[in-house]
Amino acid sequence: MTRLPVSALVGLSFTSAYFLAALFAPLIAPYGMAEIVGDSWEPSSAQFWLGTDSIGRDLMSRMIWGGRTTIFVAACATLLSFGLGSILGFFAAVRGGWVDQVLSRLVDLMMSIPSLISALVILSVMPVTLPVLILVMGVLDSTRVFRLARAVAVDIAVMDYVEAARLRGEKQAWIIFREILPNALSPLVAEMGLRFIFAVLFISTLSFLGLGVQPPMADWGGIVKENKEGIVYGIPAALIPAFAIATLAISVNLVADWVLNRTSSLKGGRGA
Amino acid sequence: MPDPQHPLLDIRNLVIEATSYPPGEPPKTVTLVHGVSLTLEKGKVLGLIGESGAGKSTIGLSSMAYGRGGVRITGGEVILNGRDILKGGAAGLRALRGREVTYVAQSAAAAFNPAKPLMEQVIETTLSHGLMSRAEAEVRAVDLFRQLGLPNPETIGRRFPHQVSGGQLQRVMTAMALCPKPDLVIFDEPTTALDVTTQIDVLAAIKRAIHETGVAALYITHDLAVVAQVADDIMVLRHGRTVEYGSVQQVIEAPREAYTQALVSVRSIDHVEKPEAPPLLSIQNVTARYKGTNFDVLKNVSVDLPAGQTLAVVGESGSGKSTLARVITGLLPLGQGRISFDGRVLSPDLAGRAPEDLRQLQMIYQMADVAMNPRQTVGTIIGRPLEFYFGLRGEAKRQRVQELLDQIEMGAGFADRYPAELSGGQKQRVCIARALAAKPKLIICDEVTSALDPLVADGILKLLLDLQAREGVAYLFITHDLATVKAIADRIAVMFKGQVQRYGTKTDVLAPPYDEYTDLLLSSVPEMKLGWLEQVLAHRRMEGAGN
Repeated sequence: MTRLPVSALVGLSFTSAYFLAALFAPLIAPYGMAEIVGDSWEPSSAQFWLGTDSIGRDLMSRMIWGGRTTIFVAACATLLSFGLGSILGFFAAVRGGWVDQVLSRLVDLMMSIPSLISALVILSVMPVTLPVLILVMGVLDSTRVFRLARAVAVDIAVMDYVEAARLRGEKQAWIIFREILPNALSPLVAEMGLRFIFAVLFISTLSFLGLGVQPPMADWGGIVKENKEGIVYGIPAALIPAFAIATLAISVNLVADWVLNRTSSLKGGRGA
Repeated sequence: MPDPQHPLLDIRNLVIEATSYPPGEPPKTVTLVHGVSLTLEKGKVLGLIGESGAGKSTIGLSSMAYGRGGVRITGGEVILNGRDILKGGAAGLRALRGREVTYVAQSAAAAFNPAKPLMEQVIETTLSHGLMSRAEAEVRAVDLFRQLGLPNPETIGRRFPHQVSGGQLQRVMTAMALCPKPDLVIFDEPTTALDVTTQIDVLAAIKRAIHETGVAALYITHDLAVVAQVADDIMVLRHGRTVEYGSVQQVIEAPREAYTQALVSVRSIDHVEKPEAPPLLSIQNVTARYKGTNFDVLKNVSVDLPAGQTLAVVGESGSGKSTLARVITGLLPLGQGRISFDGRVLSPDLAGRAPEDLRQLQMIYQMADVAMNPRQTVGTIIGRPLEFYFGLRGEAKRQRVQELLDQIEMGAGFADRYPAELSGGQKQRVCIARALAAKPKLIICDEVTSALDPLVADGILKLLLDLQAREGVAYLFITHDLATVKAIADRIAVMFKGQVQRYGTKTDVLAPPYDEYTDLLLSSVPEMKLGWLEQVLAHRRMEGAGN
């Protein structure tokens, strides 16, 4: 076993704390998600560790339930964008020609409109449910993954071993999943951490604007929105979810960096 | 005056180390050069020769106190002009490099700045050391261009690197190294990247320039026949140790050590030409061009290859020999003509070929390390064709993989290894096994020995001949190395600018009368004897005068 670098240790501990809290929310949350248990904006106390929110719900419980929603939506959207983006990207690189042109130009078209604007337009005409949110976020984000996957795969597709597989008469699927994917994995895994963070920021932004997760369901962006008036009176309730979003972003990135260092042999395995 | 007591360069007990980073293990120190000593007098040329990893470049660079990429000089002395340059400090080295010692790199194309004209770069070091005024330096540069036999010596300095050929660029780099009137020039494989017909000119130019300027030189190469033409002394290196060190005459004509003897006698394979037979592969009037261009890379090419025999396709880079391989495999659809294989006409593009055609026509590549997926084990790499073509699974597949490994003279433990854990020769053997697994009738070998050291290449050629005798497989052997051709071919096609210049059985092609190009090509291959370069040049001058 090699020793973990400090940054990876910090990243791993924060990330796993948030994920575990999200996973076991029903067991560890002291109160229900939408249960009104006190006055509005009570300060922190032994009963309410983080105080209460604008309408008297326990903020600690809201945070735990909210983290569950945020992380779940972001994770599903990331998986969707990776599945879609990388397979289409590899396909475009392997096929080349007009298939590549059509897919790439379509992606250019989608990327030319800021994804927040596209999302707001789509969500304003569709029912805002969790599956719809995940679908919209995943598809919009897959354009970025497509570009990366295609770029990586184009480099690999010209290698002699891919040509050897072609000459053998291998099918497209074998070339994509057996020859290219294993060699493209490490940049993609590193990118996955980054894209997950963007998904967290994206869903939080949507919720803050009121087109994301709908009340009374909790999520971090929504909690910021519900408590933002408190800031004027010196009540920190809106800053707590903001802090959670920031620390999750940083810690996941630290983990992604560490994974990239371990899996790529660049500079003689500098992260080993 | 040469003074044996105080030579120009005196390297004593040089030890050079580097840190390696094996994956998954702590970094460790490896010794690259183990106590090598040498001396070089003014005006003499010392050839450093050895396989890749022998430490020849590392030793060469140490004579300007430089260690490439994390390499450290940890022991010994490098005495140049009576001073130990390892103790000079940064300022001392700055004064030394580019003034007393200069360097000629292998790849001229990568060593020049593409954005500046040649003259600027040739005189740059001379000016930065304040050795001459700009006008003087330019006069000297033009003199050197003339000495090195460059066309239009007065104006070639105004050109940019992409406007001259590779051989000319290599000569310009030699001029760059000689311009500051150094005491010592390090030539690091200056002709390795060039075609044979170009190599001979550059070699002659370098030799003349060394002679006329009276500079001392370290000449680094892996080709003993080349170094025999330019050096006064030769040091043979292996694994960072001196194997043999003596005058060029002694090393070439009476080598003492077994390793040197093997190097001198390499390419001594005897291959008896097989008789005429009906063709397995028949290429008829094939013309091909790359998509989006209007230039035919192959023009009206017709050659035949009988079953179980070897057709060598020879030519310089750009002659179209690799394109021919792409056309035969179907990667590049042909424009006109047809290719028949085993009595059937092959579909021009890959998608239209029957699985049986694909199986019977296999390919081996020049660079074995990129011809294998780095994430697959040797067992998977060799096993896949078995699974794909013959549907072998489980134990049957494992056994057949083992048989193939035995055939390429590699043991049982190799099936679980990854390509990164193999040596260059072993990688090429695995590629051969992968091709063999399909039980092909024809294997296209594209420069399969070019990236290998001579002794390893020899082993691969012997293996290929051996397999041909046992399995009856035919080879289409693409190479630029005529020694390889002589060793293995039954038939030869000489290609030049996309056309077959000369084609026939080996004895016919290699016997006079030659056409002009074949003559140039054959006479340019360095031979392992002293004075060969002078003989060829004198011969060519006489012919030139006769015309």
